[in-house]
Parts: sequence; structure tokens; C-alpha cells
Amino acid sequence: MGGSIAAIGMGLAVIGAGIGVGNIGAKAMEAIARQPEAVGDIRSNMILMAALVEGAALIAIIFSYLVK
Amino acid sequence: MKFKIIFTLICLFSFSIINAQNKHDHDHDHDHSSQHDHTGHDHSKGGHDHSGHNHAKGGHDSDSGHELDCSHAGNHHEGEFDPGATAFHHIADANVYSIGPIQIPLPCILYNKNSGLDFFMSNKFGFHSLGHGDGHYAYKGYVLDGGTVRMIQDANFPKEKTEIKGIIHDHETNEAFVCANGKMWPTYNNSTADFGLFGGGITPFFDFSITKNVMTMLIIFLFSFWLFRKVAKAYKTREGLAPTGVQGFMETMFVFIQDEVCKPFLGDKYMKYQPFLMSLFFFILFLNLFGQIPFFGGSNVTGNLAFTFILALFAFLVTNLSGNKHYWQHVLNMPGVPGWVKIILTPVEVLGLFIKPITLMLRLCANITAGHMVIIIFVSFIFIFSQNGAVPAGGWAAVIPSGLLSFFMMAIELLVAFIQAFVFTILTASYIGAAVEDAHGHEDDHGHELAH
Repeated sequence: MGGSIAAIGMGLAVIGAGIGVGNIGAKAMEAIARQPEAVGDIRSNMILMAALVEGAALIAIIFSYLVK
Repeated sequence: MKFKIIFTLICLFSFSIINAQNKHDHDHDHDHSSQHDHTGHDHSKGGHDHSGHNHAKGGHDSDSGHELDCSHAGNHHEGEFDPGATAFHHIADANVYSIGPIQIPLPCILYNKNSGLDFFMSNKFGFHSLGHGDGHYAYKGYVLDGGTVRMIQDANFPKEKTEIKGIIHDHETNEAFVCANGKMWPTYNNSTADFGLFGGGITPFFDFSITKNVMTMLIIFLFSFWLFRKVAKAYKTREGLAPTGVQGFMETMFVFIQDEVCKPFLGDKYMKYQPFLMSLFFFILFLNLFGQIPFFGGSNVTGNLAFTFILALFAFLVTNLSGNKHYWQHVLNMPGVPGWVKIILTPVEVLGLFIKPITLMLRLCANITAGHMVIIIFVSFIFIFSQNGAVPAGGWAAVIPSGLLSFFMMAIELLVAFIQAFVFTILTASYIGAAVEDAHGHEDDHGHELAH
């Protein structure tokens, strides 16, 4: 039973990551639409922020794997 | 240049000291007799693996009760394919270096309390060079089990080259037993410094070998030494001229990191910390990229928690040893907040001092390991759909989707390699920048700042 609860935990962590990265992408699209000449700056910042948010989700995945 | 060498050497030394053999040996399928093929080394589209033979991991592994016996040890029989075990086996460290299907032995430097230090090449274990890293001999009381070395607990086991029947595993407790001379001999895993978190702990057996990961770090160290010497010499001989060739390529990345990471966060003092940050970035980048090369060892150095722990330790030491009075005052005794808030704030800040490098460590390890595991699972689709050779049509049908998915995933992994190296460097730079910044400008508004 412990294994399947850990899998549910991992799934919840990925939901969080999905919502976070989706928000970043949405706001980046809006910003590019408002100011198309800033697309380079916006894109690199978007990727950086996505990496940080994914990092949090992956940390949760590692910790839920530790539950035996 | 000098820092880079010293930094890399310290990495290697501490890496092998902390016994970075992060073996994820425990399977999660307790009801299959676990065995796995020589997969994971085949990342080419439409290819099948070209290993010598399939063989079971040995024996009946606790499928009905906890009955372990030596009757089936060493049997090479087909069975169910275990993707979890295969994935963990291929992202873990090993005492043999495998290029494609060929296994190359590596030096073993083993220490245990009874017999002291032993040094020998791992081909003394008699593993088949086209096989799977299972040794057929025990040597000096050690055996090679699926690529990793274990020590036989009994000190009375014969020290010369002894033939063993096989090695069986108890998946509940992640222990292995050697079947030799008609008896079952329990073994020790090597000591790991993970306080029992990943199933490790301190045992009488310490493994300081030149393993696959250490070999990879040596290769990358020599490669980047050669590369940067070439670039530096090009700068010297081509003074005033436009950069060409590899000098131009490295200059792009170098100046990018300098202008995006070092200068904005460190201000005027960026030259002092730039060698460290540059070493960090290029070392992590080259190791990430090397781990992606399909048949060349598949060594997962940056996905190894002990290795990223050492990197995060360096970041922690550099940050805190160069913290000035302003920085420590912010951590321990934040000015501008009332006393009752400080009682809560100071422990949180001190915890934050440790949590920031821990997140650095976990982020890099988890990203790279996850990428490797996904690729291995995609390649294993072929074996799952063909039921390990029983249904060849399923295997053929799975080749094209599996190949496409693996291709897509490897493209993402190239991006992730760059991004994770960049994120590690930029976060370290921001922590160092917070530690060395001067006090001008913002003494009065700490009540409005967030805790960190």
C-alpha cells in the first residue's frame, strides 16, 4: 500500500509542475504578444523559470521515491 | 585555469572517497523472477541490442515467502523482463566500463577491515567481455555482481580465485548471497555515505575503485583541460585578431556566462569567483552531454546524488566562506524587524542556508536521472511488447514508436543538459552575490523583505 500512495504523491507533484509551467508559458505568450521585439529576453527568462519550477517538482518525485 | 584543475581534482578525490556507488538495486516488482537484458545501450532507431545472451539475475528471488536457495543460482534462463531493474541498473555506477556490448575491466581499489587494502583489475572476477558484468569467480573474498562489487561477509572464504555458482538476491532487504562450494554466503554491499536513505549505510567494506563514473570524470577532466589549453593558446597567439574555430565557439559560451551570470550577480568582484563558476558550468555541461552519448558507457555522473552533493558542498563552502559581515547579519540578526519576529526568522534563515545547496543538488540529480530513465524505458518498450523475445511481431511493431520517442526524448535531454548546467551556475552565482554584496542602499527596508 505504501508504494501506491507514493505513486499518488508523485502524480500530485507533477500536477503542480504542470500548472506552474503552464502559467509561465501563458504569461510569456501574452508578453510576447504585447511586445514582439522582446521575444529573445522573454524566451530565455521563461526557460530559466521553467527549469526552477520543474526542479521543485522533481525534488518531490525523488522524495516520494524514498518512501518504501 | 589553475582553479579548474584543482577543482576537478578535488571533485574526483572526494567523489571516490564518498563511495559514489548509488546503486538502486532494489526492484519494485517482487513477483517476477527479475532478469533483464542488455538493453539501454541501444539508443539507435530501429536497432535491437547486440549482447551475447540474456540471463536471469540469478535464482528464485523471494517470490513465495522468503525462500532463498542456491539451486537455481547462475542459471541462464529466459524469464520476464523487468524494466525497473534494467533502468536502475543502467543509471547506477559500475566497476566495469561498457562500450556498446563490450565490457572493459576497471581497477578495483577495495578496503575492508580484515584484509586491508586490495588493488586489482576487475577482470580477475572473470566476467564475460560480451556479457553482463556478472563475475564467475570470487577473488580475495569479493564478487562482481551485475557490475558492482560485493564483499563476502565470512572472512574464512578462500582468498584465491574461487569459482562461484552464482549470486542470488533478496529484494526485500536488498542483500545478495553468493552460492559457492555448496553453501550460501551472505555479502556486504559497499559503504555509502547516505545515512541509510537509499538503502546504504556504513559496512565493513569500502569501495574506492576507479568505477565507471570516476573514469568518466577523468576523461572529461582531460578533455576539458586539452580544450581550454587550446583556446587559451589561441588567444595568446592570435592577439588582436578575430577568434576562429574552437576558440570562437568557446568564446560564445564563455562570454555568455560572463555577461549573463557573473557580472549581473557579482558586480565588481566577478573576477574573483569567475574561475569557480566557469569550472562549474563547463564541468556539469560536459558531464551531462557525455552521459547522453548512446553506446559510450552511458555513464550517469551528474545523475549521481553523491556527485551533485559534492558540487553543492563546494557552492555552500564558497558562499559561506566569502560571506561578509552584512551577509551574516542578514542571516542571524536581520536588522529592521522586531524582536519577536527574529525568533522565528533566524532559524528559518539558518535552515535556508542549508536548504539552498540541497535544492541545487537534488535539482541537478533528479533532472538528469529522470531523463536517462525515461530514455531507458522507451527503449525497453521493444522488450516489453515482444515479451522478451516471445512475440517477435510485437517487438517489430514497437520499434518505430519507441525509436521516435527515444529520439524526441534525447533531443529534450540535450536541452536539459544546457539548462541544468546554466541553472546550477546562475543560482550559485546569485548565492555568492548575496554573500559578498555591499551594504549600501537598503538598510532600512528589511521589514518589507521576504525571508529569503
